[in-house]
Amino acid sequence: MSKGEIVMGALAPHPPHLVYAENPPQNDATSEGGWEELRWGYERLRESLSDRDYDVIIVHTPHWATFIGTHFLGVESFKSLSVDPIFPNLFRYNYDLNVDVELSRAIHDNAADSGLLVKMMENPDFRIDYGTITSCHLVNPKWDKPIVCISSNRSKFYFNSEVMQANMIKLGEATRKAIEASGKKALLLSSNSLSHRHFTVEPEVPEDMSKEHVTNHNQYLWDMKMINLMRDGKTKEMIDLMPDFTEQTVAETEAGCLTWLMSALGFPDYKATVHAYGTVIGTGNAIVGWDPRKAKI
Amino acid sequence: MRDDNVRKGILVPGLPHPLLCPEKNEGWQRVRDAYDEARKEIEATDAEILIVYSTFWPSILGHQIQAFPEPEWTYVDEEFHDLGSIDYKFRMDPEFAELTVDKCKERGLHARTVSYYGFPIDTGTIVALKLLNPDNRIPAIVVSSNMYANRAESIVLGKSIRDAIDSSGKKAAVIVVSALSNRLHTVEIDPKEDKIHSLKDHEWNSKFLEYLGKGRLEDVSQLSRQFHNEARVPKVVSFKPFWIMASIMGQNNLYDGNVLAYEPVWGTGSAVVTMTPAEDTAGDLEYDEDDPEFYKGDREVLDFYDQPEMGSLEEANGH
Ligand SMILES: [Fe+2]
Repeated sequence: MSKGEIVMGALAPHPPHLVYAENPPQNDATSEGGWEELRWGYERLRESLSDRDYDVIIVHTPHWATFIGTHFLGVESFKSLSVDPIFPNLFRYNYDLNVDVELSRAIHDNAADSGLLVKMMENPDFRIDYGTITSCHLVNPKWDKPIVCISSNRSKFYFNSEVMQANMIKLGEATRKAIEASGKKALLLSSNSLSHRHFTVEPEVPEDMSKEHVTNHNQYLWDMKMINLMRDGKTKEMIDLMPDFTEQTVAETEAGCLTWLMSALGFPDYKATVHAYGTVIGTGNAIVGWDPRKAKI
Repeated sequence: MRDDNVRKGILVPGLPHPLLCPEKNEGWQRVRDAYDEARKEIEATDAEILIVYSTFWPSILGHQIQAFPEPEWTYVDEEFHDLGSIDYKFRMDPEFAELTVDKCKERGLHARTVSYYGFPIDTGTIVALKLLNPDNRIPAIVVSSNMYANRAESIVLGKSIRDAIDSSGKKAAVIVVSALSNRLHTVEIDPKEDKIHSLKDHEWNSKFLEYLGKGRLEDVSQLSRQFHNEARVPKVVSFKPFWIMASIMGQNNLYDGNVLAYEPVWGTGSAVVTMTPAEDTAGDLEYDEDDPEFYKGDREVLDFYDQPEMGSLEEANGH
């Protein structure tokens, strides 16, 4: 068996608005569009993946929050309805997905070996979180690949960002080792926004783009700081800045997804491709790809 | 008993163990038994509507109020999924939910009903309604806990709910779903070994329960900021359940408090307490916070406690 590899890592945020705006048949809500810059960014990310062969999507999600260790989906398939608890008017999505339980368990076991507390989720009635569904839909709307879904341990709340990051760096390494040993080709998704201060009101027409902008300039400046570090291939510096960034912009990086992704990719020093930056109800969202082929050049 | 449209206030914890596996720990069983006692106390009143405020249901867009007539699902907790699935079917009061939204808007709050099949009702609400209203004898509404709301907004929310109760002419019971200290064990434990996560958490829980036992609800409300700082993992900006409860129930200390249980559930301070309107005040009011009637937006005042700088709010600049 040849060695497995990560074919690409991506920052793939999950505002349900982006699915809503596309009117896929799975979603019960209908829209007149909206957030095109981000949706076209997802189109460019999909385009960049079109010549890449991969077996599985591994997603780390803020919206499956766990406090007792990190959890992994451990059931072969799930089919149900996902209703967003914050934006139920926009996202009521009928999902039908498969899980690569073998790889899920392999990452679980590797993480346990590195000292992390881990747990398999084996209840077939479990409902998949809308973050996972949104990111996976936008990256692969055909849903023709199995997924591995990893919960976000909330050690940031119980301890601090530094503890969270230390754990996510271990989890990223465990993920990479498991992929390599599996012989599989994997696409990794960090399912999170950057700055995350929402508006507390919604326009009457949610897709009214005359109302969309970043919540404040502070958030914009911080988002650009982080994105420029990605563009410059300075991901270690980005991770070092992460606790301050997270604190200052109440960023969704608090969930650890992006730290996990950078660790799994071995802290890329090559340039990331920024496919888009845009705001959704005031939060900052970037769609970014890291292609490990660039490291080999 | 004092004649008040709010017949009863009930504090319950929201983790699923007392519902799904009370037999695994004697304390969990005592919490379960206390739920049963609280249920009997509600049944002994003429309450016609249950108002549930759940700290397990966060919202961002103002305040959401559950209005789907008969929500039904097979639910699994995202953390304690190995304890099993929970089948539920509840009865909501859509008309009362709409009335509450109207009253919220009259006081300047952003509020809306949510009425969608399959909406993810939170663990705390499910546990509370399953155990306190098992045959759906009394219809309910469920009110979300806005992540960003601080005291002024919470007090006004409580008053808006009170307005709805009074104008409906209905008798109500108010159910607040919240742990006291919320620090849980972040490792697997033998259920038999469960204990409050730290002595400090236990001391603060005990102080709150002492006050609640004396009916000093408003004093507990006034101490919420300090409790948030001392005994809460700060996942949201403030500790709101007693602000809401006291505000709905009249902002005073005129209650008979009944602490039915206080036990650790996975390390958290889990109490079942009932408050019944009484004639005599426990006195010792600690009124040192203001008493807003209308919500006029976040004033972005500096708080005593560390909170992330949130920046300008949308409603502040008129969009
Ligand atoms: Fe999110």
